[in-house]
Amino acid sequence: MALEILKEKYRSKVSEVVLGATREEGGTRSHTITVGGESTMPYLHFEGEMPNRPVIALEITDIVPDWHPCFGEYYDEVFADTAAWAKRCVDKYGADLVQLRLLSADPDLGDSSPEECAETVKKVLEAVGVPLIVVGSGKAEKDDRVYPVIAEAAAGENLLLGVAEVENYKAITSACMAHQHNVIALSPIDINICKQLNILIAEMSMAMARRIIIDPCMSALGYGIEYTYSIMERARLGALQGDKMLAMPMIGNVGFEAWRTKEANVPTEENPGWGERGERAILWEATTAMAFLQAGLDIVVMRHPRAAALARQNIDELMQDNSY
Amino acid sequence: MIIIGERINGMFRDIAKAIREENGAVIQDWARKQEERGARYLDINVGPGSTEPVRVMKWLVEETQKASDLPLCLDSTNYDAIEAGLKVCKQPAMINSVPAEAAKMERVFPMAAEYGAEVICLAMSEEGIPKDADSRVALAMELVATADAYNLSPDTLYIDPLVLPCNVAQDHGPEVMETLRQIKLISDPPPKTVVGLSNVSQGTKNRELINRVFAVMAMGNGLDAAIADACDEELMAAVATARILLNIDIYCDSYVDVFMKG
Repeated sequence: MALEILKEKYRSKVSEVVLGATREEGGTRSHTITVGGESTMPYLHFEGEMPNRPVIALEITDIVPDWHPCFGEYYDEVFADTAAWAKRCVDKYGADLVQLRLLSADPDLGDSSPEECAETVKKVLEAVGVPLIVVGSGKAEKDDRVYPVIAEAAAGENLLLGVAEVENYKAITSACMAHQHNVIALSPIDINICKQLNILIAEMSMAMARRIIIDPCMSALGYGIEYTYSIMERARLGALQGDKMLAMPMIGNVGFEAWRTKEANVPTEENPGWGERGERAILWEATTAMAFLQAGLDIVVMRHPRAAALARQNIDELMQDNSY
Repeated sequence: MIIIGERINGMFRDIAKAIREENGAVIQDWARKQEERGARYLDINVGPGSTEPVRVMKWLVEETQKASDLPLCLDSTNYDAIEAGLKVCKQPAMINSVPAEAAKMERVFPMAAEYGAEVICLAMSEEGIPKDADSRVALAMELVATADAYNLSPDTLYIDPLVLPCNVAQDHGPEVMETLRQIKLISDPPPKTVVGLSNVSQGTKNRELINRVFAVMAMGNGLDAAIADACDEELMAAVATARILLNIDIYCDSYVDVFMKG
């Protein structure tokens, strides 16, 4: 008697979201990137489809960041030139996308005007051909004034703009609605709030519901990674079982979280047994990325080119067909 | 639990009138309204005493499908009428219903296999509705075994344990709950279960309250579907809440709205 392999059957799938727009589509990107579309739990190619490979975005900021010295050899001469930095991420380090964080808009870090922010976004768009992710400074009051201006300045480019939160989603969603961009919906490692936020955005516009990327809020390896992992797993299971308000692709700020851990920052001499600090931090970032890829992350936002290269290699391996 | 919207039924005066006058707009309106309120199937019943059940069933199916893409639950004791409906259904439908009687099973199960339809199976026989759970389950097993002979998987069957009005047959209530639980043990995969919700409150006051309390109790005992009034907002809110408490849907603050909007 032939062995019958039991396979899980799901009745729904994650929605697909297209980022960027080419000239024919009204933008200036050299190509677009589609994320999502999974009809299975991550990498179970034998149970369903993963039509779009996860992508890696490298993170840049519009002011010189206070990052670890081990970034120096990669970025020192471009740190102060946001457009050149973006170009290097793509041309030299193979980033699928670039995530620009407009730190300078922070009233405590430069308080640059919405128009200055829009100028920076335009320069980055000119410098690279990949689709662009733009996130605010993190100071909601200021960011709410920035979103409409950059959304308008980049009209047609089909950006991924972040971030919307339950307490603060209207300004960014309106900006995205008006100029047809996609939005990152951030919830604090909480499946209920994640779903509620998606509903709130959908209530503003059903069209925007199809333009949401979920940020479940990362935590780094060693800092409750398993909580985020289980939230992502639950959201994906919900999506596959037909919960449309959880059926969006996911993004995570892996680099940001990994590089602020103790393990990435304790000097070598303080704990020699942990290994050399730079190397250790790179591995911390790469390992965090790999864990979240397993949980179903679609867009991995990273910092270190070597960590990104390791994650990319991991994606290559995970995307190999294992169907039978 | 899913709701099979009960409203397109010739037993209701407005539907009977629409059938008489061939006014499709009324049918379409109810199809749309029930779908909007969270129904997942639409029951289609030509009503009692119809002189042309075959023609009317076909017409009702066609009119309903103009307004809704929901799968339909063809509700008739006239199997020719059901077959006429199945022929025009755009997607696999549900046959409502067949009791554990040999002649009727021989007519319905081959038809279900031919049209890829699901079947509501009544836990009753020529002898009527049994009082106790064990006898109801025995009839359910007979239905499942007979369907299997026609290559119908148990999970395409909805067993209806048959609910009687609580004012005349109060002792049936716990037996129905017990039946719902036991039915899940009779096969792998198990059959699904369904009830005609409003039966429980026939002839009582507080009909809506009784219906919705019974609905959530039955859900707690594993009920999969109910033929019910999707436009009863309190009922739908109670069902949405039970789905949360049974960990079927993921909670969010707007869970009631989400359930109703589908």
